[in-house]
Amino acid sequence: MWNFPLFPDQASTFAPAVDSLLAFLLVVTAFFSLLIALLILFFAIKYHHKSVADRRGAVDSHLPLELVWTAIPLAIVIVVFLWGARVFYQMKTIPSHALEIFVVGKQWMWKIQHPEGQREINTLHVPMGRPIELTMISEDVIHDFAVPAFRIKQDVLPGRYTKQWFQATKTGEYHLFCNQYCGTLHAQMIGTIIVMTPVDYAHWLSGGDSESTMSSPVTGLTSLVMGGNTLFNKEFNCISCHKHDGTGQGPSLQGLFGRKVELEGGGFVTVDEGYIRESILQPNAKIVKGYKPVMPTYQGQLQETDITQLLAYIESLKGSP
Amino acid sequence: MNELNYITNDYSVKSWLLTKDHKRIALMYLIAITFFFFLGGMAALLMRLELLTPQADVVQAETYNKLFTLHGITMVFFFLIPGIPAVLGNFLLPLMLGARDLAFPRLNLTSFYLYVAGALFALSAAILGGVDTGWTFYTPYSSTYSNTHVITMAVGIFITGFSSILTGLNFIVTTHKMRAPGLTWFRLPLFVWAHYATSFIILLGTPVIAITLLLVGLERGFHMGIFDPALGGDPLLFQHLFWFYSHPAVYIMILPAMGVISEVIPCFSRKRLFGYRFVAFSSMAIAVLGFLVWGHHMFISGQSIYAGLVFSFLSFLVAIPSAIKVFNWTATLYKGRIYLQTPMLYALGFIGLFTIGGLTGIMLAALGLDAHVHDTYFIIAHFHYIMVGGTIMAYLGGIHFWWPKISGRLYPEFWGKLSAMIVFIGFNLTFFPQFILGYLGMPRRMHVYPPEFQVLNVLSTAGASILGVGYLLPLIYLIWSVFYGRKAGPNPWNATGLEWTTTSPPPTSNFETIPVVTEEAYDYTSRPEIPYV
Repeated sequence: MWNFPLFPDQASTFAPAVDSLLAFLLVVTAFFSLLIALLILFFAIKYHHKSVADRRGAVDSHLPLELVWTAIPLAIVIVVFLWGARVFYQMKTIPSHALEIFVVGKQWMWKIQHPEGQREINTLHVPMGRPIELTMISEDVIHDFAVPAFRIKQDVLPGRYTKQWFQATKTGEYHLFCNQYCGTLHAQMIGTIIVMTPVDYAHWLSGGDSESTMSSPVTGLTSLVMGGNTLFNKEFNCISCHKHDGTGQGPSLQGLFGRKVELEGGGFVTVDEGYIRESILQPNAKIVKGYKPVMPTYQGQLQETDITQLLAYIESLKGSP
Repeated sequence: MNELNYITNDYSVKSWLLTKDHKRIALMYLIAITFFFFLGGMAALLMRLELLTPQADVVQAETYNKLFTLHGITMVFFFLIPGIPAVLGNFLLPLMLGARDLAFPRLNLTSFYLYVAGALFALSAAILGGVDTGWTFYTPYSSTYSNTHVITMAVGIFITGFSSILTGLNFIVTTHKMRAPGLTWFRLPLFVWAHYATSFIILLGTPVIAITLLLVGLERGFHMGIFDPALGGDPLLFQHLFWFYSHPAVYIMILPAMGVISEVIPCFSRKRLFGYRFVAFSSMAIAVLGFLVWGHHMFISGQSIYAGLVFSFLSFLVAIPSAIKVFNWTATLYKGRIYLQTPMLYALGFIGLFTIGGLTGIMLAALGLDAHVHDTYFIIAHFHYIMVGGTIMAYLGGIHFWWPKISGRLYPEFWGKLSAMIVFIGFNLTFFPQFILGYLGMPRRMHVYPPEFQVLNVLSTAGASILGVGYLLPLIYLIWSVFYGRKAGPNPWNATGLEWTTTSPPPTSNFETIPVVTEEAYDYTSRPEIPYV
C-alpha cells in the first residue's frame, strides 16, 4: 500500500534533461512560494492590528522596488525559456540514423509496424541505446502517443504525419498512454513499451520471443519495403506511369525522397512522408513541374498501413541513381 | 432604517423578472451561477469517487466522459466566466462609480436572459443524455465522431457568449461615461480597472468562440469540411480558434478575482494599496498579452516548433504582470494594521495559491517540460490552482466582503473563518497530489488508471470531500444570515469606496445625491478601525 512511486522512471536520454529543468524550476517555485508565504505570515503577525509595531514611514509606492521585482522574474523566465527551448529542440530533432517505426492510432488501439515487417498492437518492442524515430498517423480522431518514462509526448493526427524520437536507456516495460481524449474507450487506449537489450531485440525480431499473443510477431514476415514493392509494382501498378527511367507519364521516384522539387505553377516542396501521402490521396494538390494532373486519387483504396508500406518502398529508392 | 431599499421596494415576482436594477440582476445571477457551481461540483465529486480505485466501479467510461464534460462546461462557461463580473461586477460597478445604474440597464437584463437561455440549452443537453467531448470540443471527435448532444450544448455556449459580450460592452461604456464628478481614472478602485480590462477581453474574444462552435455545428450538421481531414479540413485550425478565445478566457476568470483581492487587502491592512498604477497597468498588460499566448496549449499538437518557441516566449512574458501584482499585494501588508477577518483569510489564501498556480504555469510554458506533463494531472492541478485556488477563493472572499452591502446583514464571522480554513485545507489536499500524479504521467480524462497511482488519488478524493464541506457551509450560513444576521449598517468595515457611502442594502437608485469624489482610492490612513473583531 505504501510502496508507491513519487517520481517516474528515467528510461530515455531525454529523462535526465527534463528532470534537471524540473529540479531548477522546483527550486525557483519553492523559493518564491515560501518567500511570499513567509512574508504574509510575518506581516500578518508583526503588523496585526493588536500588535504595537513601528508603523512609521509606511509608503504606498516605490519605483526602484517595482523595477527590481519586474526585472528579477523577467531574467529568470528568459533563462527558463532558453533552457526549455533547448530541451524541446533536442526532442524534435531526429538523428539521421534513427530506426524508423510506423505507428497508426485508431479508436482505441495502437498499431505498430516495424520496418522488418513485424506488427504489434498496443505493444512496442525497441532496442536500448538506439535512436528510434516514430512516424505516426491516426485513422480517425486525434490521439496522443505518450511515454512518461521517456518524457515524450506527441499528438497523432488524422490526415497528417507527426514525428517523435527517443533513445531508451534502461531495459524494462513502460506505460504507453493516449493522452488526447479520443472517445468512449480513451482510457483503454494504453499499451506497453518493452525496451530490450540489442541482443534480445535481434532475437525478438527473428521471431524467437512471444511474450503475449497480442504482440507475437507473425512468422513468414514481409518487410515494409517488400510489401511496398508488391503494391507499387504489381497490385496497383504504379510503375506503369512512374517508370524508373523517367519516361512515364509521372515523375520517376528513383532517388526522389528527401529532395526538393519544383512545382507546376511555381514554388518548391521537399519530398517527405507528408508530400508522398498527399500525392497518393490528392494527386492534384501539388504537381511536379513538367507533368500533367492526370493521376487518379487512391483515397479509399489504401489503408494507412498500405500507405506506410509504399512510403517505406519509395524511401528505399532514395539511394538509387 | 425604514426606508425602502432595492429589495424591499417591491415584492412582486414581475418586479424581479422585469427589473432593470443592476443590483437585482446581480442577485438573480448569483442564484443562477450558484446552481451551476453546485451542479459542476456534484459532477466533480462523482469523478473523484470513481477515481478512488483504479478500476471502474462507480461509473463506466461513457458516464465518466460525460461527467468531466459537464463539470468543465458548467464550471467554465456557466460559473467562472460570468461569476465575478456578473454578480459582484454587476452589483458593484455602478456603486463604485457613483452611478445610479449601468449605462444600459435594459441590455443588462437582456444579458441575464441570454445567460438563462444558454443555460437551459446546456441543461437540456445534459438531461437528454449529455455530451462526451470534454469542454474543449476537440475536432474531429466533436464534429464527426461523437454520438452525443454536441450541437445542443454548443448552442447553449453560443447564446451564453452573447450574454458575456453585452455585459462587457455595458461595463466599458459605464466606466467611461458614468463616473461621479472627481472620480478620475487613477482614483478608480482597482476592482473597476480589473473589470474594465476583462470587458475588453470579453468583447474581443467571445465572438471567436461563438464562430468556432458555429463551424463545429456546420461540419457536424452539414458535413462542411472545416476541421475534419476526411472532409478536407484541418483539425489544428479548431485548436487555434478555440484557444484564441479560451486562453484569454482564463484571464476573464482571473482578472476580476485580482480586482476583488485589490479591494480586500487595503481594507484589512488599513493602508493604501502598494503600487496602485503598477497594479492597474498590469491588468491592462495581462489583457493584451493574454491574446498572444494561445499556442502554448498546442506545443505537442503538431504545431511547428518555431510557433512553439514564439508562444513559449510570450507565455513567459504574461507571467510578469501577475508577479508584479503578487509582490504589490504582499508589500501592502508591510506596516499595515492587519485584520484577519474572513475576506482577508480568503485574500491571503488567494495570494499563496495563485503564486503556486502561476509558478507551475512557468513550468508549463517551458517547452521541454510541457512535452512531458501536457494533458496529464499536472495540468489539471495547475489550472485548478488558478481557477479554484485563485478565482473561487477571491469570489468567496468578495461575497463575504460585500455581503453586508448586498444583504444588509453581517455573516457569522466564526463560521466564515472556519469555512475559509476548510476550503484552504481541502483545496490543497485535493490538488497538490495531482501535481505528483501528473509528473508520474497519469493522463487526464481517464476513469481507470494503473494501480500504482491509487494512493495519491485517494488523498485527492479525501481532499475533495473536505472541499465540498467548505463550499456547503457558506451556502448555509449566508442564507441564514439574510434572516437572522446582525444588521450591518452602511459601512461595517469602515472601508473606502463609494459603495460604502450609501445604505445597506442600497436604495434602488443607489445614492440620494450623486457623490463628489475628492480623495484618492484606498485612503485608509484617516479611517477608523474595523469595529467587528
